[in-house]
Amino acid sequence: MRRLRHLLDIRSLDPADALSILETAEAFAEVGRRPVRKVPTLRGKTVVNLFFEPSTRTRSSFELAGKRLSADVVNVSVQSSSTTKGETLRDTVQTLDSMHADVIVIRHSASGAAHYMAGRVQGAVVNAGDGMHEHPTQALLDAFTIRLHRGKNLEGLVVAVCGDIAHSRVARSNAILLKRLGCDVRLAGPRTLLPSPEDALDCPVFDRLEPALEGADVAMMLRIQTERLGGTLFPTLREYAQVFGLNQARLRAAKPDCLVMHPGPINRGVEIADDVADGPHSIVLDQVESGVAVRMAVLYLCAGDGSPPQAEA
Amino acid sequence: MKTLLGPDEVARGLRRVAGEIVERHRGLDRVAVIGIRRGGIPVAKQLIKWLTELEGRPIPFGSVDITLYRDDAATALANPRIGPSDVPMQVAGASIVLVDDVLFTGRTVRAALDALLDYGRPRTIELACLVDRGGRELPIQADYVVRRADIAPHERVDVVGTEQELCAVVQPTDAPTLPPAELR
Repeated sequence: MRRLRHLLDIRSLDPADALSILETAEAFAEVGRRPVRKVPTLRGKTVVNLFFEPSTRTRSSFELAGKRLSADVVNVSVQSSSTTKGETLRDTVQTLDSMHADVIVIRHSASGAAHYMAGRVQGAVVNAGDGMHEHPTQALLDAFTIRLHRGKNLEGLVVAVCGDIAHSRVARSNAILLKRLGCDVRLAGPRTLLPSPEDALDCPVFDRLEPALEGADVAMMLRIQTERLGGTLFPTLREYAQVFGLNQARLRAAKPDCLVMHPGPINRGVEIADDVADGPHSIVLDQVESGVAVRMAVLYLCAGDGSPPQAEA
Repeated sequence: MKTLLGPDEVARGLRRVAGEIVERHRGLDRVAVIGIRRGGIPVAKQLIKWLTELEGRPIPFGSVDITLYRDDAATALANPRIGPSDVPMQVAGASIVLVDDVLFTGRTVRAALDALLDYGRPRTIELACLVDRGGRELPIQADYVVRRADIAPHERVDVVGTEQELCAVVQPTDAPTLPPAELR
């Protein structure tokens, strides 16, 4: 295990580092089950949550992760509507640098925002979602959650990622990571929401749900992001639900013990039917719990100054 | 490399320590043994064996990992290896015997105390170790010791072997690290 300089995306993350995060997260999952869910490890370190896009669960997950490690956590929400992104980010970079943040967790609607920030600040930068690019901690927590249910070796598992693939940073990060871990990743959605062939990451692409779900070990449903769609890519949410929503009938094509995942927040009755979301296949709430452990591992591996440990006995 | 304690001496010493624990606690009703990862685990397991033999029933056993509680945790992350802690028993109200292989600066024990207290408020915590080599940097002392020895600062004490056959050896600090007993 070694420490991370930044966590910007899965594509540039060394596979050994990805495994080291997943393994470190196991120790932190245990911390979450104790009577006192806090360890003193990052006492005196500062974590800044810099969110240019509204987010409740990712922000609170990072906040809880930082607090369970005893770091000081500052939440900065920036409404980025009026200023152009370059100006805002540059100003914010300078402000944060003078605050001496050890880790900056950034979410931004512009792809590449985390990369822009890295190298312009002294602290480590963790990408909490940048535009339509990547959401690395979501992919790591999804892989962690699958490992909880299917063991550490994910080799050969069939994972169907379904929904708005083209606009989804969750789909991209997950497809890259799960393929590296040996999964057989399929992408499925309406043709208007599928990636161009060169952007499909060498995954088989389906324009119907049923063939993608055939024999699947995991059905990973994506949220229909109404805020990113112009409203012209499919007729109505109701029609989307009828053709691309995951319901009990469609789930029967998958393996009997298929895991159903969703990064949240769920559009109930759109991409996933109520009885599937609340049914025995759903591990959505495990994903939330894993999120804190994985983010603790990421903050822990990013926050140190890397000097060698002192001998002790 | 010279041997400080052979397998027989370790066995006799830990059997004596087991007897002392039973005597001091007048039985083992509320006693639980917790090894400090990773070196304390094989020592704790052998101690448990002797305690079980004396009492004729299994004694609660657990382990703590102190990585997250080190006083240099935030600066010493170059090579972090966090292991799982496993504390299956009720800590509140228990008489805990904390076990490590070698007692040196006392910093590991300090961290282990903090880790343990996050699981509850034990009635007492005592410390047992195989070798007390001196050189304390914190006011921490062991309650049960198999061997006290003054070891020079340029030397290191390693506990090696299997859980059944442990020995303590002294070698120069720059000698290559032997795999910990737990992994063999």
